Amino acid sequence: MYKAWLVFRKDVQQEFKTRYALNAIFLFAIVTLTAVSFSIGAFSAGPEILSALLWIILFFSSMSGLAHIFVREEETHTADTLKLVTTSSSVFIGKLLFNIMLLFMVELLVVPLFMGVMNFVIYDAFVFVLSLVFGTFGLAGGGTIVAAIISKSNTKGALFTVLAFPILLPVIVSGISAAKKAATNAPLVLASSELQALFAFAVVIITAGILLFDFIWNE
Amino acid sequence: MKLTAEKISKNFAEKSIFKNLTFEAESGTCLAVLGPNGSGKTTLMRILSHLILPTSGSITYSQNGTTIRPEHIFQHIGFLGPYLELYQDLSAMENLEFFSKIRGLKDFAPRIFQLMEQFGLKGREDDAVKTYSSGMKQRLKYVFALLHEPQILFVDEPRSNLDEEGIRLVYEVLQQYKQNHLLIMATNDSDDLKLADVKVQVNV
Amino acid sequence: MFLKSLKIILFFLLAAVIYGAFLYAPLAKGLGEYTRVLYFHVPTAWITVTAFAVGALFSGIYLKNKELKYDLWAEAANQLGLLFGVLATVTGSIWAKMSWGSFWNWDPRETSIFILLLIYAAYFALRSAVEQADRRAALSAVYDLLAFVTVPFFVFVVPRIYSSLHPDPIVNTQGKIHMNGKMLLVFLSSLSAYTAVFFWMLKQRIDLIGIQLKIKQLEN
Repeated sequence: MYKAWLVFRKDVQQEFKTRYALNAIFLFAIVTLTAVSFSIGAFSAGPEILSALLWIILFFSSMSGLAHIFVREEETHTADTLKLVTTSSSVFIGKLLFNIMLLFMVELLVVPLFMGVMNFVIYDAFVFVLSLVFGTFGLAGGGTIVAAIISKSNTKGALFTVLAFPILLPVIVSGISAAKKAATNAPLVLASSELQALFAFAVVIITAGILLFDFIWNE
Repeated sequence: MKLTAEKISKNFAEKSIFKNLTFEAESGTCLAVLGPNGSGKTTLMRILSHLILPTSGSITYSQNGTTIRPEHIFQHIGFLGPYLELYQDLSAMENLEFFSKIRGLKDFAPRIFQLMEQFGLKGREDDAVKTYSSGMKQRLKYVFALLHEPQILFVDEPRSNLDEEGIRLVYEVLQQYKQNHLLIMATNDSDDLKLADVKVQVNV
Repeated sequence: MFLKSLKIILFFLLAAVIYGAFLYAPLAKGLGEYTRVLYFHVPTAWITVTAFAVGALFSGIYLKNKELKYDLWAEAANQLGLLFGVLATVTGSIWAKMSWGSFWNWDPRETSIFILLLIYAAYFALRSAVEQADRRAALSAVYDLLAFVTVPFFVFVVPRIYSSLHPDPIVNTQGKIHMNGKMLLVFLSSLSAYTAVFFWMLKQRIDLIGIQLKIKQLEN
């Protein structure tokens, strides 16, 4: 675990010198938020549509930034160097931590902005925050392992979303549903199946990621 | 430390790179991998260092008769090659500190400074690696490869990008190093081959 | 010899199933002629799931012993899964048009099979994006297994969140369609005939892969 922490710290150090992923993901989030806000315009959308829009923004912003962490190691020819000095699981966990941090930072910016601009009112903040937290772990877990896959393939850009979308769809579906319930003041019991699903998905995808990553990293 | 390679073959996409290579090498010797460009020297180096798996055959390292388990082998290996880069955005010091810590070295700072001085990079520790010239990068890669005093050192193209002063320095270091360690080198250069004791020809 | 006779038996069995489905089996009470699609829809859907499971199994075996042929077997099984998946979607869509009024209305079952097809289309997109055979094998096997662990979420989670009009996938626990003896006979023979067809097709592909690998070996 200490080694995973070192990998994470190294990636943070690198990121804050280039700010590549950070810029990409933040700008993408802002651009889509603007596009959504413009196109909705003066119409007031109900909580069903708003929660779907929120998750679409979150999903596609994460698609623009999560792959970077592994693609960079391949493009700068540092993957072999990293392989020489540490184990595959510490690499995966370190990169996963980085992607989780990245997503939380985006959410801290996008969610309040979205609520303000789109007039999205949350009645049950507990359910909403919990669904975002679990959802983030799921998105980051799936995104990280798919990023590892595409970093070894020939076409890196477009393939990432194509591969990640169907796998991450349970997160999006449950996330939208949970946000909808949080925005319509449903009691906690009603959102529990969504929260369970999000939590279970995060656990399953992260476990599968750790187990399968070794086969990608050590060809 | 003793290396035993038995009948190793590698195919890429059904195309055979080399077949049934068998050889041995021990500490105190230098094993040279020879072959024309594109013959698979680099592939063999990466296989010997366990970075990639051979299609068939086995590579074992043993010390005093006990075999070192494959998952521990990286602790004993130093590797330097044109396809193994350091992190360009980080400074030399940040790079070396990261690699020392993740390798679990203790009190690494004096070692880093000593190597940096030996390779003539003193005073540039805090500059980003991308600001280094290609010769300086090669010197820094030697620092990285020797950092943990490995039992086995892999050097792919020992002289690339180095000036005369650098080449002289590297020969001195390698000559001394191979006295009681195992040195594995991929090269075509006749000067480099003066160091070599065992030779493996890759293309057949 | 055995396989050859099996092929002939399979031919007659399938002919009998087609006859049985259209002419022999009686209609369920209160339902129209369109319910006959049941005898083709359920088996194709079942084969889709079986094929993907077999594919995931081969992918797992590949990762364990890194023999290229298992990767190619997994590819073959997933191709068949995709083929039967399309058939299940089409037959299901016809059924939906007749009983719910439209070919497609994002019912959770329709959503899940659509996602399933999307996942395996992505699997083949990934395969075409990697040239090196062993790397392609490892990456697509990992993706296959990753997809396989997320599929249960579509089967269980999505229908729980959005209620479905689709009959329960395990036939006759809810008893939406009560089958009498004749119907059950046709249904079960159709199920086993299609399962046999799938394994026969897979066997053909596996033999072909074996021959292709041997030729490549001889070329080297």
